[in-house]
Amino acid sequence: MTELTNLTVAQIRDGHRAGDFSAVEVAEAFNANVAGAKALNAFIVETPEHAIAAAKQADADRAAGTLKPLSGVPIGMKDLFATNGVQTTAASHMLEGFVPRYESTVSQKLWDAGCGMLGKLNLDQFAMGSSNETSYFGNVISPWKRKDGGNAALAPGGSSGGSSSAIAARLCPAATGTDTGGSIRQPAAFTGISGIKPTYGRCSRWGIVAFASSLDQAGPMARDVRDCAIMLENMAGFDPKDATSLDMAVPNWEAALSSDLKGKTVGIPKEYRLEGIDPEIDAMWDAGIAMLKDAGAAVVEISLPHTKYALPTYYIIAPAEASSNLARYDGVRYGLRDLPEGAGLQDMYAATRADGFGPEVKRRIMIGTYVLSAGFYDAYYTQAQKVRTLIARDFEAAFGSCDVILAPTAPSAAFGLGEKMADPLAMYLNDVFAVPASLAGLPAMSVPAALNREGLPLGLQIIGKAFDEQGVLNAGLAIEERAGFTARAEKWW
Amino acid sequence: MSDYRIKGETGEWEVVIGLEVHAQVTSNAKLFSGAATAFGAEPNTQVSLVDAAMPGMLPVPNRECIRQAVRTGMAIEAQINKWSRFDRKNYFYADLPQGYQISQLYHPLVGEGSLTIAADEKAGIPSDKVIGIERIHVEQDAGKLMHDQHPTMSYVDLNRSGVALMEIVSRPDMRSPAEAGAYVRKLRSILRYVGSCDGNMEEGSMRADVNVSVRKPGDEFGTRTETKNVNSVRFVMAVIEGEAKRQVELIESGGTVVQETRLYDPDRNETRSMRSKEDAHDYRYFPDPDLLPLELEDAFLDECRASLPELPDAKRARYLSEGISAYNADVLTAEVEAARWFDALLEAGAKPVAAANWVTSELFGALNRMGRDISDSPVSPAQAAELLGLVADGTISGTIAKQVFEKMLETGDGAAAIVDREGLKQTSDTGAIEAEIAKVLAANADKVEQYKGGKEALFGFFVGQTMKAMQGKANPQVVNELLKKALG
Repeated sequence: MTELTNLTVAQIRDGHRAGDFSAVEVAEAFNANVAGAKALNAFIVETPEHAIAAAKQADADRAAGTLKPLSGVPIGMKDLFATNGVQTTAASHMLEGFVPRYESTVSQKLWDAGCGMLGKLNLDQFAMGSSNETSYFGNVISPWKRKDGGNAALAPGGSSGGSSSAIAARLCPAATGTDTGGSIRQPAAFTGISGIKPTYGRCSRWGIVAFASSLDQAGPMARDVRDCAIMLENMAGFDPKDATSLDMAVPNWEAALSSDLKGKTVGIPKEYRLEGIDPEIDAMWDAGIAMLKDAGAAVVEISLPHTKYALPTYYIIAPAEASSNLARYDGVRYGLRDLPEGAGLQDMYAATRADGFGPEVKRRIMIGTYVLSAGFYDAYYTQAQKVRTLIARDFEAAFGSCDVILAPTAPSAAFGLGEKMADPLAMYLNDVFAVPASLAGLPAMSVPAALNREGLPLGLQIIGKAFDEQGVLNAGLAIEERAGFTARAEKWW
Repeated sequence: MSDYRIKGETGEWEVVIGLEVHAQVTSNAKLFSGAATAFGAEPNTQVSLVDAAMPGMLPVPNRECIRQAVRTGMAIEAQINKWSRFDRKNYFYADLPQGYQISQLYHPLVGEGSLTIAADEKAGIPSDKVIGIERIHVEQDAGKLMHDQHPTMSYVDLNRSGVALMEIVSRPDMRSPAEAGAYVRKLRSILRYVGSCDGNMEEGSMRADVNVSVRKPGDEFGTRTETKNVNSVRFVMAVIEGEAKRQVELIESGGTVVQETRLYDPDRNETRSMRSKEDAHDYRYFPDPDLLPLELEDAFLDECRASLPELPDAKRARYLSEGISAYNADVLTAEVEAARWFDALLEAGAKPVAAANWVTSELFGALNRMGRDISDSPVSPAQAAELLGLVADGTISGTIAKQVFEKMLETGDGAAAIVDREGLKQTSDTGAIEAEIAKVLAANADKVEQYKGGKEALFGFFVGQTMKAMQGKANPQVVNELLKKALG
C-alpha cells in the first residue's frame, strides 16, 4: 500500500470511499507527520483529536452510506480563520490565547463537508508578509533546500507559509490559505504546490481575521489542480453574513476539469517582462507558453499598461484598510491587554498595541494611517482608488482578446530566511506579479512548472476573468500535465 | 425675521444656530447586526459578535433601518439618494469596539430637504419659517461607559453599540432659541408621525449637537462652537442663550471665539470646553470596504412613499379648512397620538369645530388631571363621538355635557346611557320654562327695573338664574327667547 500521506485529496476521498483504508488510518498518518515536523514550525496549534474525531465520523458515515464530499480528508487550517474552541491568533501576540466561540464560514463549510483539522497553520502576522518571518510564533521553514551544498533555511513564502510548507512536506494533503496580494500564490510557487485565489467574493470573509477587506479572499492550497478544484467547491458559496459575498451558485469545478484548450486564447502581458529578472523565470514562462500551445490554445501578446502602478497602489490601499481593521485590537474586550500601573485609557492603548503588534504590522498601520490622514487622503488614497479602477480596466480590455493570462507567479524562487527582512521594499517586490489580479478581484492560481538550477520550484500564474475559475483551473491542469512536476523536498526535518 | 438680539456693550448681536439632531431609528435590530435594541436592558445583553467587533466579524446593513431613514427623508421632502455609501470614521475610544464608527460622510442617504416652523407671536416667531435641512445620514451609535461601578476602573456597556442613528443636519437658518426649540419640536413631531424614531429625549433616542455663533446683523457668520449631546428642547434653548451671551461677552472684552466642541452641564446651566479644533481628531474617513454601496430600487422607494402617513403640515391644513382654529389645529397636530385620536373622533362622526374645542379643553384637561396620556385615555373616540352627538342634536346642553363626561370618566358608561339614567335630557318645554322665568323675575323685581332702565348686561343674570332653576336642563336658546319676550 502506498504511504497514505503521499495521497492527494482526491485519492484519499476515493480510496476511503472504496474501502482501501479507513479515515482514522489517514488521520493518524498525517498526525504522525505533523508531530514529527516541529522543525518546520508550520503549525501554531496542533489538533490531532479534531482530525481523529472527524475521521471516526467519516468511517461511521461510510458504514452508514452517508458519506460527505470530503469525508476522511484531514486538512490544515490557516490560523487566520476563527475556529470555535481552538485558539485563533493571526500569528500575533495580540491574539495569543484568543479562543473564539464562533466558526468562520469557510472552515464550517469544510467541517460540514467531512474534513477534519490537523491544526492551525502558521502565517505572517495578520497575513502581512511574503516570507512568514513576521509571525509572532517564529518563522516557518520551507522543506526545500538549495542544491548548492549549503544548508540555508528557505522561506516558504507568505503569508500562507505554514500552509505551503505543511503541504510540501506532506503534513497535510491540503490547507486553507488567504490571499490579499499574493499570499496563496507566492507561497505555493515557493514550495512546488498549487493554490488558487478565487474571484473576490466567492469565499465568505466572515470569521477570517481581516487584513484588507476589499482584497482579502480565501482559497485552497493543495498538491495539484484537481485538489484545488475539490477544495474550492467546498469552501465557496454565498454567505448572507458577508455583504461583499457573491450571490452565485458554486459550479462543479472538478467535474468540468479539462486540459483541452482548443479554441481558447492565452494572453501574455508584455509589461510582466521585467528588466533584470532572473532569466530562469523568463525561461519557465516561455516553457509554459509552449505547454499551453501544445494543449491547443492560441497565444497572443496583451498589454496591461498600468501594471507598474499596481504595487504602489496596493501598498496604499491595503495598509489603509488594515490601519482601520486592526483598530479593534485595543486591549478593551479580548486579546492582549497591557495595563501599566496607574495607566489611563490612552496609555493602555499605547502599551497594548506597542506590545501586541510586530514591526511589519506597525509599519503598515502607520502607512495606512498616514495615507488616510487629512491633507494626504486625496493624494494617496483617492488616487490609489483611481489607479485601481484603471488596473481593473486593463484586465477587462485584455480579456477582450484572450480567455486567460499566463505570467510568472513570483519574480524569483524561494529566498533564504533573513535575506530580505532588512529591506521591506525588496520584500514587497515579491508580489509584483500577484498584486494586479488582487486589485482587480480576479481569480488567479499558481501551479508548479519547473525547478531552477538550484533545485527549487518555480510557479506559473494563470489569471482568469471574473467568475471564470474553471478557465483558470483548466489552464492550470494543462500546465500540470505537461510540466510533469513530481519533485519533492527531501526530508531533513 | 426673528428680532431676537443679544444686547452687548457695542450694540446688538444676532445669533446664528444650526442643529445636528441624532435620532435613534425605530427598529428591532441594530444597523449592521441582528442584536436587539430595547431600552433599559441589563448591560451587555444586547450585543452580537459584530457589535463587540470580534475578529473576523462583518457588518450587513439592516434594510429596515435604511427604509426608516428614507421615509424620514421623504417626510421632509428631501432628495433621496439612490446611490449612497458608508464610510468609516476612525477614532479610539473604549465605547467604540471597532475603533471606527460606520457613518456616511461623502455620500449620505438623504440630501437637501426642509421643514416649516409655525408662526408663534408670543415666542417671537412672527411668521411661518422654513428651516433648511442639509442632509440625513445613517450611522452607528457607540456604547456607554460607566464610571461609577468600580473605584479605579470604568465599565463598558455595549447595548447601544451599533444601534442605528439618523443624523439630521440643519442649515444655519435659525436665529433665536425659540426658533431652535420650535425646530426640534417640529422635527420630533415629524419623526413620530413617520414612526422612524420614538423621539424620546429622556431615554436618549433623540439628542442634538448645537452649533452657535454670533454676529452683528448683516455681517458674515462668526466662528461657531458646537455643544454636544443636548437632550431636551429646554436645554437646547438654554445652551443657545448661554452660549450666545458667552460669545458676545468674550468678543466685546477683546477675545475671539475659537472653533471648539463644548459640553453642557444642566446642573450649572453652562457649557464648558471639551476640545478645541487644534486637538480635534483626524477621523481619517474612508469608504467602508466591508460594505458595497447602497443602491435603492424604485420599487423600494415607492413602498417607502406609500407607507407615509398624513404629516403634521397637511393635517393642520386639513383641520384649518374644516374651520378649526389655528390654535386648536396646532395643539391637535403637535403629537401624533393626539392627532390620531382626533381623526378617529372625526371618523366616528363628530363635527370638527366642536370636537376640536372639546378635545383641547375637556379631554386634555381631564387627562392632565389624571396624569394620563391620550394613548391610554379612559374614553374612546367612539364614546366621545356619542357624547358630542348628544350636544349637537340638542339632547343635552354643553353644561350638562361636562357633567356627563365626568360620569363617563368615573363609570366608563356611555353618554346616552348616563343621560337617560340621570334624566339629564335638555327640555324645550316652554310652559315649564315660562313658569320658572316668572318666578325669577318676581324675585328680582329691582334688577328688572334696572334692566328696563338700560342695564342690558343683566340679561345674562336672568339667563343664569333661569338655567339654575331648571337644573341646567333647559334649552338655552328657548330660555333666551322666552326671557326676551317676558322682559318685553
